[in-house]
Amino acid sequence: MRTQRLAAALVGAALVLVTAACGGGSSNNAAGGQPYIAIVSKGFQHQFWQAVKKGAEQEAAKQNVRITFEGPASESEIESQVTMLTNALGRQPAALGFAALDSKAAAPLLQQAKSRNIPVVAFDSGVDSDLPVTTAATDNKAAAAEAAKHMAQAIGNTGKVALVVHDQTSKSGTDRRDGFIDWMKANAPGVQLLETQYGGGDQAKSADITKAIIAANPDLKGIYGSNEGSAIGVVRGVAESGKQGLTIIGFDSGKAQLDAIKSGAMLGAITQNPIGIGEQTVAAAVKAIKGEAQPKVIDTGFFWYDKTNIDSPQIQAVVYQ
Amino acid sequence: MTGPSLTKDTEQAGAATAVTSTVRARLQQFLAFGGLIVIFAFFSIVSENFFNYGNITNILFSTVVIGLLALGTTFVIITGGIDLSIGTGMALSAVMSGVFIVNLGVPLPFGVLGAILFGGLIGLVNGLSVAVLKLPPFIATLAMMLVAQGLALVVSHSAPIYFSDSPAYIDLSIGSIIPGANFPNAVLVFALAAIIAGVLLNSTVLGRYTYSIGSNEEATALSGIDVRRWKIIIYTVAGLFTGLAGVMISARLGSAQPATGMGYELQAIAAVVIGGTSLAGGKGSIVGTVIGALIISVLNNGLQIMSIPQEWQNVILGIVILLAVYADMARKRAA
Repeated sequence: MRTQRLAAALVGAALVLVTAACGGGSSNNAAGGQPYIAIVSKGFQHQFWQAVKKGAEQEAAKQNVRITFEGPASESEIESQVTMLTNALGRQPAALGFAALDSKAAAPLLQQAKSRNIPVVAFDSGVDSDLPVTTAATDNKAAAAEAAKHMAQAIGNTGKVALVVHDQTSKSGTDRRDGFIDWMKANAPGVQLLETQYGGGDQAKSADITKAIIAANPDLKGIYGSNEGSAIGVVRGVAESGKQGLTIIGFDSGKAQLDAIKSGAMLGAITQNPIGIGEQTVAAAVKAIKGEAQPKVIDTGFFWYDKTNIDSPQIQAVVYQ
Repeated sequence: MTGPSLTKDTEQAGAATAVTSTVRARLQQFLAFGGLIVIFAFFSIVSENFFNYGNITNILFSTVVIGLLALGTTFVIITGGIDLSIGTGMALSAVMSGVFIVNLGVPLPFGVLGAILFGGLIGLVNGLSVAVLKLPPFIATLAMMLVAQGLALVVSHSAPIYFSDSPAYIDLSIGSIIPGANFPNAVLVFALAAIIAGVLLNSTVLGRYTYSIGSNEEATALSGIDVRRWKIIIYTVAGLFTGLAGVMISARLGSAQPATGMGYELQAIAAVVIGGTSLAGGKGSIVGTVIGALIISVLNNGLQIMSIPQEWQNVILGIVILLAVYADMARKRAA
């Protein structure tokens, strides 16, 4: 009995101590009267979302609004995100920023937001509906087409190319896959595209998939990774397999991808403008709260970068470590 | 009244049952091994790119992380418990490895040891919750899974910790200590861990008590064994393997990824179950676990090489697990 209570006290105390030690400094400033914007993103898994958060916080400070920024632990946790969305709505925000993991799963909650007169600003992955006031996102299809263009160029418009995509339920996943495939079919019919494989954005899984693809296709010429985790996984998989001469094209940035491009392991990648996405989302939310008109789509832009321009100020402003 | 002849009969009968149960246990392992051979042969015939040195080392390599988790959790499952925290516990141990080696500059061997011991600490807390607080293992380790997941993000500030300045650490996984053979070190680490786990389970008091607690906890307690203490030790041992898995995955990726690990626990448990360990406790083996982990890797690799669409890969994997559990239940009914 006594040992039980002692053990319980120890476990409880340990947890409280750890939470207290690490929990300080994470709250956003709450000043009376500041409009509150709840932002639910797709995740924390990649540094991309941390960059979006940074942009959002910068803009929030400029516009004197309070924001919360949260996302599920991985980009496959659709249900978890729906729960976060429900809780965010429960806090009665003045506006809601939302990046959908599954474009359709959140529809009922967005209806709820509309009926409560909470304007919704979509970002990154669009939502399949008219409910959002505006969408601040990269044109993923165009960005993927740009990646396809560079891939075709690098391999001489002929040969086998594999795709390692992060998921097939979010619009960013499907757009970055379809944009690549459509461009190839229209402009480089000599390129043979292998069956798309999905790694969930998990680096280890994407690396294992890459190695299997390489083993099954000794005449492979190029691999495309559609987000940070997938691309880094592809680079690792190629390095582990020891295969030389492959053209690898990635998406977003992150330290590992930047290093791979600088060392020549990766040809180049498409970067979005995550800080811009965060800024535009908050700016659009503020406009929506004030009832100002704004365009339905805010194209936050994308850039191709490789060894030649990676150090230019334009690229350095949008890539993250 | 028992005379000498009666005792001898009971002894002989007892010996006979012991032999039969050993034969049955061996048969179960043989079934799992046979399954592995069949699947392996199937892919070798169907695809010309499957059976070669490079691809086989790929398969072994991809077994390492889940395999290490499965080794540790075999002990827990044999006692009739379960450990859901091993996936996120692995991520947290990886983060701690990064904190020790990269942030605090601790020399490599101590950093690795520290990460492994930290995994053991997670296991210790699990053991206390199960043995002392008497929480059901499912609940206790589920709670720890969430705590570990959160702590991994908190300690790392939601950012990966890169080991770029410690190439020796990365070599732990992808380096090749056998000269010229291009054989990843990670597989050697896994083999060594499996041997240690096998010795622990088969030849030590810890192993005997693990089986004993799993078969009949009450009888074990009544025979004077401190079940509480041994349960704590068993969960801690599982945690040590989790810590090692954290080291190996972060060595492979060259970075500690705080958000990884969710779902790894289910794959590890699947490997243990396919290998013949019963979720009800009391039966299982390290050899079976290793075979189970290999079956999953061979399936994953073979299906990908055949370019089977991703969706169907999961269906097939699920069916294999179903068959394995069914075979386990059929064996129990026959016993």
